[in-house]
Amino acid sequence: MATKNYGGVSVDVNDEGYMTDSSQWTKKVASGIATDEGVVLTDKHFEVIDFIRTKVADGATLTIRGINKSGVVNAKEFYQMFPGAPLKKSTKIAGVPKPESCI
Amino acid sequence: MKKLLILGAGTAGTMMANKMRKHLARDAWEITIVDQFKTHYYQPGFLFIPFGMYNRNDVIKPKSDFFPVGVNVIYSKIDKIQAKESNVILEDGVVLKYDYLIVATGCKTAPEEVDGLNGELWYKDIFDFYTIEGAVALANYFKTWKGGELIINISELPYKCPVAPLEFAFFADAFFTERGMRDKVNITYVTPMSGAFTKPRATKMLGELLEQKNINLVPDFAIMEVNNEEKKIMDYGGTEVKFDCLVSVPPNLGDEVMERSGLGDDMNYVPTDKHTLQSTAHENIFVIGDASNIPTSKAGSVAHFAAEILEENLMCAIEGRPFTGSFDGHANCYIETGYGKGTLIDFNYDTEPLPGSFPFPGLGPFGLLKVSRMNHYGKVLFRWIYWHILLKGKEMPIDSEMQMAGKKL
Repeated sequence: MATKNYGGVSVDVNDEGYMTDSSQWTKKVASGIATDEGVVLTDKHFEVIDFIRTKVADGATLTIRGINKSGVVNAKEFYQMFPGAPLKKSTKIAGVPKPESCI
Repeated sequence: MKKLLILGAGTAGTMMANKMRKHLARDAWEITIVDQFKTHYYQPGFLFIPFGMYNRNDVIKPKSDFFPVGVNVIYSKIDKIQAKESNVILEDGVVLKYDYLIVATGCKTAPEEVDGLNGELWYKDIFDFYTIEGAVALANYFKTWKGGELIINISELPYKCPVAPLEFAFFADAFFTERGMRDKVNITYVTPMSGAFTKPRATKMLGELLEQKNINLVPDFAIMEVNNEEKKIMDYGGTEVKFDCLVSVPPNLGDEVMERSGLGDDMNYVPTDKHTLQSTAHENIFVIGDASNIPTSKAGSVAHFAAEILEENLMCAIEGRPFTGSFDGHANCYIETGYGKGTLIDFNYDTEPLPGSFPFPGLGPFGLLKVSRMNHYGKVLFRWIYWHILLKGKEMPIDSEMQMAGKKL
């Protein structure tokens, strides 16, 4: 198991860089991962991250559709905030597992 | 009399009616199955219709051909499930009580979920092939199509039969080549996934096949809308793809009954324990097939393997024993690759599709992640197996639990 250091905090990550222990997550860690991903976090980003962490803690599956219906952000804004692959980037920053597309 | 009620008489519901009637004494248990439609569709056959290989009559039979003796059949829409009272209310107000309920209402395409998808070009230049209507309309369209940009787009996950759009692409390549017009048809596969498939080895193998067949791949494309005027699809990230013919896999949703009954998630799939197949909310409700939210393929093969587990667990519940069946998410998919050949993948919740031989280790006759003529015959034969063995709930020589023997890591 690899570890990564973000702002003095050491966290466990898998080979794709996703945190494996969500309890090690802090806002500082999030900012560190975001920098690696080329994203600068705003308050709005943290609202989305909160939503994602709560959803995942409840055992829900994350989808673009779910994000779009979240009331926090719509899909278009979500793409603008985490350009390219928003679900993959946002979950990485939120310290939760990469959403499995289960087919 | 105790009552077992099955909602949905598709692949999963029909199999369960056949299996449970054998277990439950007819003087003690009444079994009732409800479905609004009288026709059973062999859905794996839809894929073959646009290319003129099957027609409508090859994929339909009356549902009544497949119900066992001693099962009540009701053809009706369902209004809602009152889970707390163990009641189901039909459209005309009839109340059906149950001791155990099996939800097998499946999922269906919902083109209205994407802006512009079922707009003015729907069934003119935009088609689906997951409905009999769409598949037949596309077959007619292809008969006179002069060529251009053929775009195959998957709207979002999950959707039925995850390999079908790839097979569609392979078939299209062969179809237009055989008609001597492949040089006039540019085929592009536009998907929300990061590659041809989800799991690494199958993605690599299938991605290489796309390349060999000169089919373009546009990955990570989450469709936002279809622009009917300019004939292009646009994603949230700003990517646009122009089409002359768009073959769409629309979003798939569970039945609205779940929404009305407060039993579904935001896509109307019923939250289900992925191993026991019991509803996570109600002990006397079990869910099988596409209707559930379990993280595996929405496919008949999954329903078939899950049916054996559900049969076991439902008997455990009825006899007051702890569950002994545990579903592993087993899926087994023949993939047509065109020119009379096919490949095969076999996987579950934890193990990705691997190369090897199936079902007999070292012998086959089918090759996993290999393109062969035998694999194609497997798929062709399957239609017969489906009508004559599978729906009737008879035993097949394939384990419900995925096997590692014969696979190469």
